[in-house]
Parts: sequence; structure tokens; C-alpha cells
Amino acid sequence: MTFTAPVLNYTLLSPILILLGGALLGVLVEAFVSKAMRAVTQLSLTVGTLVLSLAQVWRIHNEVSMSAAMGSVIIDGPAVLLQASILIISIISVFLIADTDHFTALAAALPGSEEERHSLETGNQVTEVYPLTLFAISGMMLFPIASDLITLFVALEMLSLPLYLMAGLSRRRRLASQEAALKYFLLGAFSSAFFLFGMAYLYGYSASVTYAGIRESVVGGSGNDVLLLVGMAFLTIGLLFKVGAVPFHAWSPDVYQGAPTPITGFMAAATKVAAFGAMLRIYYTVFANAQWSWSPLLSFIAIVTMLFGSLVAIAQRDVKRMLAYSSIAHAGFLLAGVIALNKAGLEASIFYLFAYGVATVGAFAVVTLVRDSSGEVTDLNRWKGLGKRSPWVAVSFAGFLLAFAGIPLTSGFIGKFSIFSAAYESGAKGVVIAGVLSSAIAAFFYIRVIVLMFFTDATQDGTSVQLPSFLTRATLVISIVVTLVLGVYPAPLLNLISHFSTFIR
Amino acid sequence: MMTSTSLVYLIALPLAGSAILLLAGRRSDKWGHLLATALSASSFVVGLYQLSLMLGRSTGERPITQKLFEWISVGSFKIDASLMLDQLSICFVLLITGVGTLIHIYSISYMSHDPDRRRFFAFLNLFIAAMLLLVLGDSYLNLYVGWEGVGLASYLLIGFWNQKPAYATASKKAFVMNRVGDMGLSFAIMIAFATMGTVSFSGVKEAVDHTSTAALTGIGIMLLVAATGKSAQFPLQAWLGDAMAGPTPVSALIHAATMVTAGVYLITRSNFIFDAAPTAQLLVVIVGAITLMFGALIGTAKDDIKKALAASTMSQIGYMILGAGLGPVGYAFAIMHLLTHGFFKAGMFLGAGSVMHGMNDEVNMRKYGALRKFMPITFATFGLGYLAILGVPPFAGFYSKDMIIETAFNSGGAKGIILGCVTLLGAGITAFYMTRVMILTFTGKSRWDDEAHPHESPWLMWLPMAILAIGSLTSGYLLSHGDALVNWLSPLFENHAEHAELLSPLVVSGLALAMVAIGIAIAFVKYSRNEVAAVAPTDVSIFTTIARQDLLQDRFNEAVFMQPGQVLTAVLVKTDEAVIDGAVRGVGRIALGSGSALRGVQTGFVRSYAALILIGAVALVAAIWVVTQ
Repeated sequence: MTFTAPVLNYTLLSPILILLGGALLGVLVEAFVSKAMRAVTQLSLTVGTLVLSLAQVWRIHNEVSMSAAMGSVIIDGPAVLLQASILIISIISVFLIADTDHFTALAAALPGSEEERHSLETGNQVTEVYPLTLFAISGMMLFPIASDLITLFVALEMLSLPLYLMAGLSRRRRLASQEAALKYFLLGAFSSAFFLFGMAYLYGYSASVTYAGIRESVVGGSGNDVLLLVGMAFLTIGLLFKVGAVPFHAWSPDVYQGAPTPITGFMAAATKVAAFGAMLRIYYTVFANAQWSWSPLLSFIAIVTMLFGSLVAIAQRDVKRMLAYSSIAHAGFLLAGVIALNKAGLEASIFYLFAYGVATVGAFAVVTLVRDSSGEVTDLNRWKGLGKRSPWVAVSFAGFLLAFAGIPLTSGFIGKFSIFSAAYESGAKGVVIAGVLSSAIAAFFYIRVIVLMFFTDATQDGTSVQLPSFLTRATLVISIVVTLVLGVYPAPLLNLISHFSTFIR
Repeated sequence: MMTSTSLVYLIALPLAGSAILLLAGRRSDKWGHLLATALSASSFVVGLYQLSLMLGRSTGERPITQKLFEWISVGSFKIDASLMLDQLSICFVLLITGVGTLIHIYSISYMSHDPDRRRFFAFLNLFIAAMLLLVLGDSYLNLYVGWEGVGLASYLLIGFWNQKPAYATASKKAFVMNRVGDMGLSFAIMIAFATMGTVSFSGVKEAVDHTSTAALTGIGIMLLVAATGKSAQFPLQAWLGDAMAGPTPVSALIHAATMVTAGVYLITRSNFIFDAAPTAQLLVVIVGAITLMFGALIGTAKDDIKKALAASTMSQIGYMILGAGLGPVGYAFAIMHLLTHGFFKAGMFLGAGSVMHGMNDEVNMRKYGALRKFMPITFATFGLGYLAILGVPPFAGFYSKDMIIETAFNSGGAKGIILGCVTLLGAGITAFYMTRVMILTFTGKSRWDDEAHPHESPWLMWLPMAILAIGSLTSGYLLSHGDALVNWLSPLFENHAEHAELLSPLVVSGLALAMVAIGIAIAFVKYSRNEVAAVAPTDVSIFTTIARQDLLQDRFNEAVFMQPGQVLTAVLVKTDEAVIDGAVRGVGRIALGSGSALRGVQTGFVRSYAALILIGAVALVAAIWVVTQ
């Protein structure tokens, strides 16, 4: 038996390899660096790794290759754009993660136990969240560039496993946090099973696990359609679970609420980019020729997701749950971009993912700042009058909400406008009508929060806005500037995306 | 069209000045006014440089453009932010930056005691930048940005002393009335885009041939509405008098020389639309004729020197609008009158400012008198402006105003005779009220209070006045010598067929001078022979009373717009509460109800979530089966 060594193009893979290397170094730092230096070392290592990886993405931005890793990954324009988006969103998320006050001092200790109190009192703060974040990001980077189902699945697990852990790291309300982590893990495992099951069917259909092989069978139309349809449906369930589309969304409000807020922001923004990136590639290339079978169903799911997310968000009293439902609604809007199945749809989706991701991190950054003596205050009723006490924070939160609502002069408007017009062009009129309708419903609760902050008198209950640290402030400023600039002058980014938005097959 | 890379500096220089002064705040109190003046002057130098380049090119190649960036690009709808400099805009560029710089210099001294002088200069620079954008934009949309920009600057400057409630109200009034006009401009842009698919000047010009007359008339009327708002023309004229609340240099720059003439620019720039829409063009003439009489009549009754000058501005712009409405023959004369008016009216406003400066900010002419002896330079420069506005040869107004009168007479038929008589009569009334201003202010016996110590203004103030006075003396001759301006502008306008000449130029000049002489004579008899009362007499005829109240324009607005408006608003509020809010609340309740019901699905149990996923999966597979069967 001969063994052929795989031929790898290390340059093209370097963005992911750098992240993995940084994560492994992080594990060593956790073990060997003194506790006084640990947090700052980890933070600089993580940010440095991310920036280096981003620089590497920039270096390869003109490369197009199907053979970077023996046909397992594809590097092309959308791949570069999605990777860059994930990295930028990750960097501003890491700035939020840097505030250790959100994280339990010792995750291994039982909630309320002696060890937990001890490590809190002695300031023995573990910082394993940094390497976990880097591992998750490397999975996210691999997810949209995978070009066979095995790699896709490995990437899915690579990004999911660290996230399950990170959801359970909250310092306060630790039981709720751990419950969220467990729920996320169980349901994630459940959906992974569907995903694997779907893979098996697709292999049965085409005798191949590569995108190219499956695509060939779909185009040829020679295989057994039942295998294809069931395989496609189950694979889709795995992906829809990750993006939180109805009816596979149930985990998201609980997890969003339970997880430490910086992790929620990171998860909501970066996971969406990765999952939709993979989804766009699969539907735009592999299944494009079977559009007749999946388009009506995905349209139906998109419509239900948008309406459900917007309607239920209205009834929320907790800001993190409200943002969770809003993110479900946004998953529906993004599905419209998948359904469009044209170049405009791809461009719009990539723009939307980036704009939404940045605004989401910004919004959660604001949530981290509103606190009382026992931690974050997420009850919306206690956000009353925030605009009078901390106008800048409230104004930026209002900016993010207006972007979510898709009000002109924010990035959200350009995103919604372009994604809906792409879907309309492709004939998905029902989706567009439902989208506009649910946008109107959604505007109701976004604007209600703004009214609450600016036009309602404050209650005296010790809620206060913490003075943002330098890094949190950086996140806030970057997000609000990006949100506004993309709303006022989106042309350069749109042109850039348009230039790069062609999947190779 | 040739492209250029330096047009942007015209706007960027004053814009940068404004930004620096506003951002640097109090730190720039010491040098801010100097920087602003220097930047305005350098913009003027850039303008002169561009003129020299333009003169060096052959006629067809004179217009140049500069694309700044792609502004809006949504599908097939593409708008670039581009600038265009042609023979028409260069006239405006030099007027704006030239007169603007003089007024900057004047303000250094005029505003020297104001603690907020820096802010004043920041706004002045902002105004210059916005006005330049207005005249340099290459499409209606770019023009619109500048149009709103000057509106903003005007609002900020009228209300500059907003600690006085009356002044704040005046700025609000100007702002609101301008919005009415601005609606016209936005409607015009929308109609143009809907019918022609473009909003650039060149695109619209090309599209005129295959656009229906109805659409063109609509655009024309909406542009006219815009012009009446910005240029204080009937029926949106009421704000200009109140705008005099702003510091006097502002009145000179914005409310006499430049911004209020933007309406004339808009109509002249849109000549291709009005030439193809005779109804709209006729309306332009009517508006111009009404306003020129309106302003002149108000001018006869005002005791406030600035308000008298404001009424005169209104009337003179009426002449320009009328000229622009006379079609291809009139455009160049309208612009010529605009330029000469820019000199003499700005000069007179600065003179009024100088008088106020020496008289403890008194504006009531009945409390002046005999100032000639105390302010010789102001008297001389104001006097030159006075002769220019009257149209006495060889002063500037003689050339420009007589041209308009002559064109009006020669526009043919009964229309020509009516317009000719209106413009002639207007010239006579102008002579009357301007002579009144001269007599009340500079001659006769002194009627001032004991606290007043009239004195000549410092050189920083009289120097700009002197330069403008030279302009009042020479600009008319220079612009009309050998038809200089007419030939310069002619490539931009359609060639026109000559009308039969009703009256020869010599006859028109003779008639006009006769009217002027009559006006002066009446004023002398009325005010120079008799003692002028220091307090305005109250036992006056009904006509004087009406004229003093600006021909009842505010009452008219109140009765026709405001009160019905208030009733309408009240009804709408009721409807809104009962119907719309009711519906919204209903939808909100339904949404809230269904939201709460749907929330019930969220039990918090992993098993029910997993069941939901399973049900979803089964449903999905079932649905695929149904869809594909």
C-alpha cells in the first residue's frame, strides 16, 4: 500500500492556519503565564493573530483556486470577502470579550461553590475564552470555503464546540448560563445528526461527497431524486439550525439570554456570516440546478421566519431576547438573498451579512454597558430615560436599532433594499412582500425602545451606564461609524463586493 | 466637455474654513476671522484663474466639469456628484467670492465687538461654500444640495443674534417660507426624473425635445415656485423684510447680492425648459412684474433703512425674474442686472451698516438726518449706489435696467406694452423711495437723540464700500460695452428671432429718465421742503397704512395659509387619533397578542425544542414530497 502525501497550498490556507496556531499558543499561555500577565498576554495574542490573519486574507485576495487542499476547500472572491468579514467582526467582538467582568473566574468550579468564590476573591481569573474564540473563528473561516461535505462537517463542529462552551462562561446567573450551554449543545448535536444523515443521502445519490461531484449529478439529473431531496432537506436543517430559522430557532433566545453578552454578540454576528456563507455557496453552486425543488420551501421558511421573529420580538421585555428574535427575523431576510439565486442576491447577502454583523456587535456592546450593582440590566423597563443619563450610548444604540429596522441613512436600509430588490428581480415576490411587511412590524418594536430611552422618564432604581472602557468604546465607535457610513455612502463597498462576487465551481 | 481637477478647490477652501472654525471652537477666536477671509479670498483667486483659463479656450470648449465621486448608484439610477463651470456659473462664482470676500473684510471690523465673531465667520464661509455648490452643480440634484445649504446658512445667520426672540422668529419664518419653495424644487426634480429619467442639466436639455409640453410646464411651474421662495418673489416674498434681523453684512451678502438671486440663476439655468413651456414662462413674467411693483410700493413706506433696502431688493429681483421670463433675449440682461445689482445693492447695504455703526444701531431713518457731514465716505459710496439703482447714466443700473425695460417693451403685442409700462412705473417709484432714503438719512436737519455720536467708520469698513461703489460706477459700462456679457453667455441660450422693435433704445432711455426725474422731484417736494417728523405720523392715508404693513402680506398669509392650515391640522390630528392611531393600535394589539401566543411555544424545555425541530424536519420532508410530486 502506498501513501501519497497531500499537497497543500499553505499560502492560501494561511489565514486559518494562523488562527489555529494562535489558538494553540493561547492554550500554552493559559498554562504557563503568570496570572498577573495572563489576561493582557491573551488579549494581545488574540488580537495579533486576528490582525495577522486578516492581513493574510488581504494578501491572497486576488487568488482563485480549487486545489488549495486537495479539492477540499475553494478560495475565490466570495470566500475572501466572507473571511474578511468574519475577521473584522471577530476583532471588534474580542474587544468586548476583553472585559473579564462578564466571565466566570473559574468555569470548572460548580456555581456557588467554595472554589468559585476563592478564585474570584484571589483574582485568579482564567482566560480560556480567548483560545476558544480563536478555535471557533477558525471553524467559521473554514465553513464557507469548504468544498466537500466532510470538510463542511468538520468545520461545523469546529465552530460549534467552542461556542457551546463559551455560552456557559457567564460570571453572573451562572446556572442560566450553563443551562443555555447545555441546551445549545444538545440541540446542536441533534441538528448535527440531521446534517450527517443528509450527507449520507447525498453520498447515496451521487456517490461523491465533493461539491463538484454532487453538482455534476444534479446537473446530469441521473440519480435517484428521492435521495437527493431527502439529503438536501436534512443538510438544510443543519444549516438552518445554525442561522436560527423557524422552526429550528428555539435554542437562540435562551442561548442569547444565558450566554455572556460579548459572546452573544460574537455568536449572533460571526456565526451568521459563516453559516450563510456556506449556505450561499451550496445553494448557488451545488443545488442551483435543483432550484425547482428547494426554492418554494425555502421561500416558505423565509416568510415564516421573518414574520415569526418580528411578531414575537414585540412581546419581549428583555433586551437580549428582543435582539435574539430580531436576529431570527434577520435570518429570514437573509434567506431572501439565498432564494434570489442571482449575482445581485449574492452581493446583497454579503453586504447585508457584514453590515448586520457590525451593527449587532455594536448593539450588544451597548447591552454590556447598562448595569446595576448585580451586573447587566436587560429588563427593557429599566432602560427608561437612558437617553437623558447617557445620551451618547443611547444615541448609538438608537442608531443600531434604526439600522436593524432598515431606516434610510443606515447600513440596514441599503442591505434590506438591495436584498429585497434582488429577490424581487428573481421573481420571489411573496418573500419580498412578507419581508417589507415584517420590516414594518419590526420597526414598531425597535422604535418603541428608542421612545423608551428618550421620551420616558427614568425610574430611580440604580440602573446606570458604565463608563465604557477604551476597547468597548472602540467597538462602539467602529460599529456606529460603519453603520452610518455604509448607510450614507455605500458605493465603495458595494463596488468592491460586486467585483469579487463570483463563486467558482 | 473638458474635465478639470481644480474646480473642487473653489468649494473646498471656504468649506474647510467653516469646518476649522466650528471644530476649533474658542481656540480660533484670535485668528478665525482672518483665516475665513483669507480662504474666501483664495477661492476668489481660484475663480479668477479659472476665468483666465476659460478666456484662453475657444467658445465651444469653455465649459469644464469635474466628477467628484459616484453619489447614488441604485440599479439604473446613477447620479455623480459632479461640478460644472461654464460661462454662466463663472459670473456667479466671481460675484459670490468677490463680493463675499469684501463683505468678510467689512465684517472683521463690523463684528469686532461681538463675542461670537468666529462663529459668524464660520457661517459666512459655510454660506460661500454652499452657494458655490449651488451654482457649480451639474445636475438639479447637486444644485438642490447647495440650495438647501444656503437656506441653512441663511437661517443660521438671520438668527445669529437669536438671544432676541424676535430675531429667532424671523429666522424661523424665513426658514419655513423657504421650505415651501424647496418643495417646488423637489417636485420639479421628481417630475423631471419620472418623465425624462435624468436630472442632470445636459440630460434634461437633451430630453426636452421628446417630452410632453404638459410635463415641461409642470417642471417649469415647480421651478418657478422654488425661485419665488428663495428669491422672495410674490407670493412667497414675506420673509425678506424680517430677514433683516441678521447682522447687516449678512443682509448685504445673502439677502441682496447672492442667495436671493438664486431663483434668477435657476430660471436662467433652466432656459431650455422655459423656452419649451410658454405657459410657465408667462407665469415667470407675471410673477416678476407683480413683485417689482409690490417691492417698490412697500419701499415707499418703510422708515427702517434696512427694510426699505430689502423692499428695493425684492423689487429689483422682480426686474431680473421678469427679464428671465422674457425668453432668450432676456436671460443675458437678467444676469447683467443681477451682477450690477450685486455691486450697488451690496454697497448700499454696507453703507446702511456703516450708518448704523455710527448711530448706535439705530435703523429708523426718521432719527437720522444731516449725516452727510459726519460720514462723507459713506455718503459718497451710498450716493454712487443710489445713482446706479436709479439708472442714471453712466452708472451701472442705467445699462442693465434699461435693457430689461427695452426688452419688455419689445416683447410684442399688448403684453409688451403692459410689461413696458410696469417696468417704467417701477423705475419711477424706485427713484422716489430711494431719493426718500437719501434725503432722510443724509440731508436736512439732524433728528437724532442726544446719545448718538455719528462718526465715519474705520477703513476696514469703508474700503469694501469704496470698491463696491467703483463697481456701481463702472460695471454696467464694462459688461455692456460691445455686448460683452451678451456674447459671453450666448452659447448657452437658444438663438432667438428678433422681435419687431417697438421703441428704440434712445426712446426707452428717455422715458426711463423722465420717470426717474419725476420720482426724484416728488420725493424732494415731499421730504426736502417740509420738516420730517422724527416720529412717523399716524394720520396717514389708508394706502400708506397698507404699505407700511408690507401690503398686508403677513395678514394675507395668515388668512389664506395659516388659519386654514391650523383648521386642517386640527382635523387631521382628530382623524389621526381616531382612525390612524386606532388602526395602528389595533395592529399593534393583534401583533402583540399573536406575539404573546407564539411566545408560548418557548417553554424552556430542551425536549420540546427538539420535538419542534423534529416536527419541522418531518414537515420539510413531507413538503418536499408534496412539491415535487
